[in-house]
Amino acid sequence: MTTTSATPQHTAAELFAQALRHEHRPNPYPHYEQLLREPIARMDDGNWLATGHREISLLLRDPRISADRLPPPQQRPIRKSLLVEDPPKHDQLRQLVSRQFVPRVMGMRDHIDKLVTDLLDAHISEQPGHLDVVADLAYPLPVTVICELLGVPREDESLFGSLARRLTRGLDPIDTQTEDEIRELQETRAELQQYLEGLIARHDAAPGGDLLSGLMHSQHPEGPMDPIDLRVTLGLLLIAGHETTVNLIANGTLALLRHPDALARLRTDPDLATPLVEEVLRYDPPVQMSGRSTLADIDIAGTTIPKGSRIRLLLAAGNRDPQRFADPDRFVPDRADNAHLGFGGGIHYCIGATLARAEAQIALTALARRLASPGLVADPPPYRENAILRGPESLPVSFTRLSPDNGGA
Amino acid sequence: MRGPERIVVAGASLAGLRAAEALRDQGFDGELTLIGDEPHAPYDRPPLSKAVLSGWLSTDHTVLPRVRDIGARWLLGTPATGVDPRTRQVSLADGRAVPYDRLLIATGTRSRPWPERQGGALHGVHVLRTRDDADRLRAALAAAPGRVLVIGAGFTGGEVASVCRDLGLDVTVTQRGDTPLGSALGGVIGGAAARWYRDAGVDLRLGTTVRTLEGDAHGALRRAVLSDGSVVEAEVAVVAAGALANTEWLTGSGLAADGRGVVCDESCRALADDGTPLGDVFAAGDVARWPHPLYPGQLLRLDHWDNAVAQARTAAHNMVHASRAPLVHRPLPAFWSNQFGVNLKCVGLPALADQVVLTQGSLDQRQFVAAYGRQDRLVAAVAVDSPRVLDGYAALIEAGAPFPPVLNATDGPDRPEPLDPAFPRPADPAPGLPSVAATPSVPSAQAVLAGHE
Repeated sequence: MTTTSATPQHTAAELFAQALRHEHRPNPYPHYEQLLREPIARMDDGNWLATGHREISLLLRDPRISADRLPPPQQRPIRKSLLVEDPPKHDQLRQLVSRQFVPRVMGMRDHIDKLVTDLLDAHISEQPGHLDVVADLAYPLPVTVICELLGVPREDESLFGSLARRLTRGLDPIDTQTEDEIRELQETRAELQQYLEGLIARHDAAPGGDLLSGLMHSQHPEGPMDPIDLRVTLGLLLIAGHETTVNLIANGTLALLRHPDALARLRTDPDLATPLVEEVLRYDPPVQMSGRSTLADIDIAGTTIPKGSRIRLLLAAGNRDPQRFADPDRFVPDRADNAHLGFGGGIHYCIGATLARAEAQIALTALARRLASPGLVADPPPYRENAILRGPESLPVSFTRLSPDNGGA
Repeated sequence: MRGPERIVVAGASLAGLRAAEALRDQGFDGELTLIGDEPHAPYDRPPLSKAVLSGWLSTDHTVLPRVRDIGARWLLGTPATGVDPRTRQVSLADGRAVPYDRLLIATGTRSRPWPERQGGALHGVHVLRTRDDADRLRAALAAAPGRVLVIGAGFTGGEVASVCRDLGLDVTVTQRGDTPLGSALGGVIGGAAARWYRDAGVDLRLGTTVRTLEGDAHGALRRAVLSDGSVVEAEVAVVAAGALANTEWLTGSGLAADGRGVVCDESCRALADDGTPLGDVFAAGDVARWPHPLYPGQLLRLDHWDNAVAQARTAAHNMVHASRAPLVHRPLPAFWSNQFGVNLKCVGLPALADQVVLTQGSLDQRQFVAAYGRQDRLVAAVAVDSPRVLDGYAALIEAGAPFPPVLNATDGPDRPEPLDPAFPRPADPAPGLPSVAATPSVPSAQAVLAGHE
């Protein structure tokens, strides 16, 4: 009874807990690799963990799956966002949003390009230079874009941004949060609600061409959106529109600086940006995991997940599944057949995927083109606390010269 | 062991092109010849009945993207007229003979023409299969005819009628059966489809056929007389009554081929008419009929885009690697259609089902999923405006899940109620074409025509 095995077999739950530990945030992938040996695993607490690419893909598209994995009824918010809402409500909300969102995102590339240029030009006098890619580019770019889209006035951007940042922590597994953090989150949520109510009132009085005005005054038979749904949806777009793209750009920069050959190719071949961003979404995705629950027994990977189970889908592990991707731990900027899980899948596939892609492609191309001899100041950089929306806290980059923008030539 | 040195692909459309690319991918570096009866480089057909007719795309933009350089000899505009498996030669309409070590038959299908010669020859009577067909029909629709008559409410007929309505044209659709899409999806789902037609303003005549097409003194279509005696005045008619396999050129070759297709085995090898597989002749795409492991006791022929691509790859692999264990072609059938603002996607073979149940959404909402069962197993599912859930159903079908499936979907009915899917009786094989003698390796050779009926 007192002897322990010389080679202890870690359970999936132990491995998962390890992967979540902050000290492993810079590189959780070796833990994922071990978890991949069991593509569907039952955890000690009765929850399930899916790591295999095939299994996650199937579960994301399975009609016996619910996106609702919220806490029991008494702790629930009054209204669920479309992220955790199921059909048919999900479909109605999503249609309302995408009808407003998609046309506004089309044709935004030139504007994004200008924002990137302006953000980088602010540092052009520093020579030799020093740039924090998170604070100076990856963060302000998507914040400005989402605020403009939604119709948040410029002067509110910083308030809005700080709310979003604090709320992101609430997306992490609840058992990793302290009581203080949970209380602070509730306060932040209340603060956001208050802000959004004011914002809605202002748009009601003076509608503009923005997405919020569109949602409020939609002439479509299904619209306009009801006021509570509107607040919840705005809150979701705000967080989803902020923190994910920040990490996509930062993770992409990190990958480029660690793979100078890819950086050199992108510098001379802007067309590489398209497959390269897909590879970032596979190799080091901003959203590491998602969750679902089962509405019926599901037979998968030789086991049965019972009805009523919660499943954590480790998207970032599926992206490194050797059963699906050749050489999964290698960063291949022009990887073909790159069916990554970076934007999820099924009916909840990221509604902002097009926008996120455009922002990352433009930002990474500009960095590659304009920074001479860039290098990481710290490798790994410091990481943020968040495990689900994972990314560097800051990403200091040194360089010898910041070239003026030459129009993308 | 030395592989083949000369490979001939008869048929230069989707299956032929993808097979040629796959042959090169598989390391075949010999002489590759593609034979096509049309003068055009390989093009994509799905846009023809949608984007092309509506004027969004010109047929020049339907050329299939090339996955890789295939370094082939192209014999376009030269139909193959025969094959001699003993001397291994394909003969062409211009009198040439092309020798092969391996032959891939990928000649596809063509539209079933209007059966009556006089009516079919009238100016204004169209079919829709090729790019030239699409160019002619688009020009006819652009001339703003007073009314278009679409004969047949299968997938092609529905897509044509839908485009006509988008163009603001008056449309009458006749359908022999009781609903549109009946032979592919059955009467229950077909009943919902009938509402899409009518809501779009289509004059839909069910249980009705066209007796005659009549023209004026100049040979231009003027009217159609229907089986109920009514008359439809129309200057344009589109015959959308299914497809015939392009197999006449194989007559006398000793291959098991007739108007329903070329019979091959599950590894795409063509069968001789005594049922033995040939080692050097293969078939893929719309023209191939084969025993699908998922649907025992039948020969399938699928007019599906996905199938053409997958079967081409399997055939190519088996053509090059004769010494290895052959790959088996066993994809889950899948196809899609867009009509009347509705995206319709299907996996499996609904036509085999004896039951259907609505599992998600509602028929009235135009957003739903229906599952099909045969002998208490799930065999197919069709999704209307909810394509993203269908992969989950595909996995269940492949796993042989029970029917009705237990889903408890949040947008599903409280209590699933399986119904008779209401399929019409199986159609007779194409008349007027030679039928294959017994094919002993396949006990029951009942054709299942899925997809574009």
